Amino acid sequence: MTFYYNNVYLNNTSCVTGPYEKDGLLGEYFDKSYSDLYMGEKSFEKGEIRLVKDSLNILLRKSKINSDSIDLVVGGDLLNQITASTYGSVDIGNFIGIYGACSSSVLGMIIVSNFIEGGFISRGISLVSSHNMTSEKQFRYPTEYGAPRKNSSTFTSTGSACCLLSNKKSNVRVDCATLGRIIDYKENDPNDMGRVMAPSAIDTLLRHLKDTGRDVSYYDLILTGDLGKYGMEILKDYLDKEYDIILSNYNDCGVMLYDLEKQSDIHAGGSGPVCSALVVYSYIYELMKKKKLKRVLFLATGALFSPLLIYQKENINSICHAISLEVV
Amino acid sequence: MDRYKEIADLHKAKENRIYNSFVSFICGGVMGFLAELIIECLMNWFKLSRTDSSIYMIVIFIFISCLFTSLGFFDKLVTKFKCGLIIPITGFAHSVMSSSLDAKNEGLIYGIGSNMFKLAGSVIVYGVVSAFILGLIRYLIGGV
Repeated sequence: MTFYYNNVYLNNTSCVTGPYEKDGLLGEYFDKSYSDLYMGEKSFEKGEIRLVKDSLNILLRKSKINSDSIDLVVGGDLLNQITASTYGSVDIGNFIGIYGACSSSVLGMIIVSNFIEGGFISRGISLVSSHNMTSEKQFRYPTEYGAPRKNSSTFTSTGSACCLLSNKKSNVRVDCATLGRIIDYKENDPNDMGRVMAPSAIDTLLRHLKDTGRDVSYYDLILTGDLGKYGMEILKDYLDKEYDIILSNYNDCGVMLYDLEKQSDIHAGGSGPVCSALVVYSYIYELMKKKKLKRVLFLATGALFSPLLIYQKENINSICHAISLEVV
Repeated sequence: MDRYKEIADLHKAKENRIYNSFVSFICGGVMGFLAELIIECLMNWFKLSRTDSSIYMIVIFIFISCLFTSLGFFDKLVTKFKCGLIIPITGFAHSVMSSSLDAKNEGLIYGIGSNMFKLAGSVIVYGVVSAFILGLIRYLIGGV
């Protein structure tokens, strides 16, 4: 299902990160970075809430508006009961909590855009956050355990990123969006998320191209969220072999965010809801404002699973939402 | 879907199994050497029996690995030396300590108390079960 927008603009963004992202390739583009994973709080969970609060405050300050003029905040993260978003968004606008795993960044933007296009609200924020340590605790081992990881595994990014969408004209417009479907390709290795999520990216990309009648060359850049370097290879190879689509204008946010050669802990690339948002809301948004990129298709991929169901031998499902951004 | 699996198999990440096994083997060997060294020292300096020295050696290893975990660098050593540090008693102590540290913010009862054996619980349960079974076999074969 593809929605078209005539009246939705991306007005401003804010990105707050942890130390690994600061040391990565895009470190200079972020608004604020912490050198410690606790962010001056007593626990990692509270640190993540601090990240959310910081990114919201920075966005409001940069946009020169106060919290009363925000009609809606749509937020998502990886914590149980999406508590980082809810605790961090106290007193700012009406709130909708979403869970799309790593695809939350685009899902949030689609929901806010639909509300604006429908005329229900005039200004809304899409917010995502994730924290390496809280998600390690949630999905893998205790944080101090340091279990050896496979080379195909991805590294959850730490940070929070917000974007302000409204019907007020700016230089970047939300053009259209394609909602994803849940895909089950009978994959079940939580240490190889690129392989799990690539089918959903392929599915959403093909449906987006079919619905809009566009060719991949229409876009200056096609970005996937967090497939990592192996997922990227699979996606390119599969589209080439099965559909004769050659992706030359393609990159992956998980690979762009870190310096994979120097930061060996990252393995195959970054992941987490904030990973794709940190790249798009900082570096890509900057390039679009300077008109170096004019049309960008942003596909955020997410793996939908819980550790419980993995132990019960269920497959890992995936989903991917796409949004197209255009320079006005 | 089968075609996808075929193509995905072409882009699998390569694991350096030989290198990992070698590092673990050497590290495990060094651990064994250190353990023997401690046992010999205890036997010579404090005139303890070999059984008693072994117990003290294990306590020393558990203490050191718990201390290193708490100081925050044992996880980095584990990432580097892999199973060479996980398989010996140091790995067991580390799993208990890291689970406890993880849960310390939730308090003594709901946090540390109930989460301490999150990883190590299985080792204890199946350790006891297999000890019972092996003991039984030994009894049936060899008598009391």
